Amino acid sequence: MSADTVISCKNAWKIFGPDPEGYLKTLPAGHSFDDIRADGYIAGVKDVSIDVSRGEMLVIMGLSGSGKSTLVRCFSRLHDITGGTITVEGQDIMSLSEKELIELRRNKMGMVFQSFGLLPHRSVLDNVAFPLEMRGQDKHARRERALEVIKLVGLEGREDYFPRELSGGQQQRVGIARSLAIEPDIWFLDEPFSALDPLIRREMQDEFLRLQAMLGKTIVFITHDFDEALRLADRIAIMKDGAVEQCDTPDQIVLNPATEYVRKFTEDIDKARVVHAGVLATSSDNGTGDPVDAKASVQDLARLLVQDTRAIIPVASDGKIVGGMDRAAALEILLEAS
Amino acid sequence: MADVAGSIKNDTVGPAQWSRGRVALALVAVAVFLTLLHYAGLLPDWLFRIPESMIPPFAGWLDAIFNFVKDDLGLLKLTRTLTEGLEWLLDVTANLMFGKRRWPHIGPIPWTAVAGVAAVIGYYLGGWRMAALGAGTFIWTALIGQWKIAMETMSVLMVAAPLAFFIGLTLGILAWKYTWVNRTIKPVLSVLQTLPFFTYLLPAVIFFKVGPTAGAVATTIYAIPPMILMTTLGLQKVSPEVVEAGNMSGCTKWQLLRHVYLPSARTEILVGVNQVIMLCLAMVVLTAFIGMPGLGAKLLAMMGSFKLGRSFEIGVTIVLLAVMLDRMSKAWVVKQPEHFERGTPWWRRHAILLTGVAVFVFFCILAQFVDLAAEIGRKQNFSQGKEIDTLIKGFLALEPVQATTGAIRYVLNVWILNPFRDFLLSIPTPAFIMLIVAFALSLGGKKPAIYGAIFFSLVALSGWWDRSVITLYSVISAVSLALLIGVPLGIVAARSEKWSQRVLLACDTAQTFPSFIYLIPAIMLFGITATSVVMSILIFAMVPLIRYTIEGLRTVPPEMTEAADMSGATRMQKLWNVQLPLALPTMAVGFNQAIMFAFFMVIIAAFIGTQDLGQELQRTLAGTDLGKNFVLGICVSLMALTFDLTIMQWASDQKKALGLPD
Repeated sequence: MSADTVISCKNAWKIFGPDPEGYLKTLPAGHSFDDIRADGYIAGVKDVSIDVSRGEMLVIMGLSGSGKSTLVRCFSRLHDITGGTITVEGQDIMSLSEKELIELRRNKMGMVFQSFGLLPHRSVLDNVAFPLEMRGQDKHARRERALEVIKLVGLEGREDYFPRELSGGQQQRVGIARSLAIEPDIWFLDEPFSALDPLIRREMQDEFLRLQAMLGKTIVFITHDFDEALRLADRIAIMKDGAVEQCDTPDQIVLNPATEYVRKFTEDIDKARVVHAGVLATSSDNGTGDPVDAKASVQDLARLLVQDTRAIIPVASDGKIVGGMDRAAALEILLEAS
Repeated sequence: MADVAGSIKNDTVGPAQWSRGRVALALVAVAVFLTLLHYAGLLPDWLFRIPESMIPPFAGWLDAIFNFVKDDLGLLKLTRTLTEGLEWLLDVTANLMFGKRRWPHIGPIPWTAVAGVAAVIGYYLGGWRMAALGAGTFIWTALIGQWKIAMETMSVLMVAAPLAFFIGLTLGILAWKYTWVNRTIKPVLSVLQTLPFFTYLLPAVIFFKVGPTAGAVATTIYAIPPMILMTTLGLQKVSPEVVEAGNMSGCTKWQLLRHVYLPSARTEILVGVNQVIMLCLAMVVLTAFIGMPGLGAKLLAMMGSFKLGRSFEIGVTIVLLAVMLDRMSKAWVVKQPEHFERGTPWWRRHAILLTGVAVFVFFCILAQFVDLAAEIGRKQNFSQGKEIDTLIKGFLALEPVQATTGAIRYVLNVWILNPFRDFLLSIPTPAFIMLIVAFALSLGGKKPAIYGAIFFSLVALSGWWDRSVITLYSVISAVSLALLIGVPLGIVAARSEKWSQRVLLACDTAQTFPSFIYLIPAIMLFGITATSVVMSILIFAMVPLIRYTIEGLRTVPPEMTEAADMSGATRMQKLWNVQLPLALPTMAVGFNQAIMFAFFMVIIAAFIGTQDLGQELQRTLAGTDLGKNFVLGICVSLMALTFDLTIMQWASDQKKALGLPD
């Protein structure tokens, strides 16, 4: 575990059933999800090992029932794991006492929920100030801080409204503001935009990217929408039946799907939009002429790829040449997409 | 209707059903055989009724247990200590409401101030109409000259309702938090809810003295169960995400309960409050039977001496109070917080509160100078008791009216009720139990049948078999009559949206009336006779029947009726083949409630003079016969529970089979 690892999850298991611990002890290796179910247990999280580094946005992607929400709840210990270890900032969270856990949540973690999880009897201001109130901050200070985050999410002027008086998008802004009120280092978002209609969802994603650019938190983001995952993620972990099928950058997932299941997901994806020049700079030959930016997607470079005649195009990151891109390979990706 | 239900059952349950049906049939056959033997004079006496010598002295055993708990365990000392605290509270409210010379010597609050504050609260909860209802109720009460007795009732209510609320809330939270508490409480609650109210009264008297204190205790205990149920229900329904949000906000357990769970369960808890208030009112009126002064006592006295005019006026007061309390507490349930625009001055934010205080102070000051605003004396009230009395009696004495009521009474008594009662009494005990078991088996299956067998055997062993059968006879005959009238009424009303709404509203309102009220029209028409008993049960039991019939028919999925329409069904065909079968499970719930109501009413009606358990129960109130009181109460409860288990089982089976939501 490097110094910059915020959450480290090693062989974590979460099993639901009458006697999960006892069952896990006797569980033979290689038992599949269906085998476990036949024994009357559900493997919510199945032998997951994953690290999240500081400032990274990890998106956990999977269909409903794949265990993604369970996994994130294990990170925050809303669920107790059955086996394995999860450390947060170097602390084994299963060894925390209730008091320490509450302290951790009060100071380090924020979470946004799919159906917002707002308290219906509290105004926007009181909802946002709720975590501050719980840790005993005085009324004046928490009001000030709450107003600050409300402004940050663009809900100024609605402080006195009650949740039911707001639209879905606005309610989720309250949820986001509340999760940010305590200035958490780690930010969990459990399908935050799934309950919103597509137009609002797009708007909220932009808003979210803007906030993240400003705040630079460590983020675990859950979604069942692959497009959303590709749009937001530094790394994507694809889950199926409680296990992580593949965890990698969007480019790699699209280019080199590890399993058949992942490949099916990527099938309909416009790869040219996902794959970046930096990933394709694999040639040892750096090529000649004007370099392209490593952050540019193949689609961004479409015109250049078609018109250029060089076999190898140099790729630069922050003004430094990092390698050469095979133009034919890049063209292949572009053509495959269209 | 019956064969429709039968065919559904056979389709869905299959071969197991057949054996169930056959067993039931066999039981009926044996029962008929035993009865015929008895008619032929061949049945030995010990098979007809359990001989006296074989009846265990339950009452004596219970007495011994009570005495042990009361004296040896020192429960009496504890309760008598509690009594002092309670008496202190009751003194305060009594002083405030009708101003006896007690500590704290503040009251009484002038009636105008009470009415004014009621209007302001009403306006806050439901606008001008509710304000008018609030003020109107109290103005009527004052003008008709019943202020003092009404306030005697209210002062007990004001202590009992909050007590029941807090105890119910606490127990509800415990039952939700700890499964073992839930498992212990559940069966106790279902027994408590079927236990006749007389059974609540005697222990209250013994442990808490006669009068307001015992009244308050009985009322409180009576109102607790629904509060527990609603609290547990509300807490269970809180969305898991909201709880997780609380956890992630770093709530401690206590903070989670206080700031997340309880506020999120607000709706259910307030529905519980509504039920607590309504049950308290219903019970506090009935505590008249143990000498608690107030509206109930007055009504009892007036009905007893056949002063119909005054009874009627008191009835109106009770109904008005019930409707007002019900509407206001229901309005509170749906009242949602609203935000004020920025920059609203503080006096506007608290306008209602300020007005309330202002109105209160104004009338209190006014009352110092104008006597009428403080109290309306005996000579100044507008009671028309005597006039109404003459009017009603004159009406009843009219030839056609007398002929009609007389005819109804005659037909009911001579041709239906008495023969039916004699028939039921002529069935040998074992045969009777077999019939009940057959009924429970064919409708509800094995579990209700076993319970039915045990429960009715216990009733037989209690030694009060004949009186139990008479109680059952009143219930069955009244509910059957109610079915004959209520179901067609419901079907007709369900045909149009407008009428459904109206009738449902009327039923909802009628259900808020304390049951005592239902005796008034019955006594008015039929005097103090057995017919009145059946009639009052009939009216009381008809309300849930109509209500659930309409509800069942209106909630038949529209695509089903549309399918029937497109299949070319006539209105009658549609009703018999589509709507009624689908509505039947819901109607069964209404039928069940009707039976429960009937058991409740038949006991109350006892004071008219019946020969059933109720009358014996009422007799025990005069003494300290706790054991007998409990045996009688449990007999009623056991019979009611048998029906409850059977019918509810059937309804839920049917709903499952038909794929209807529970």
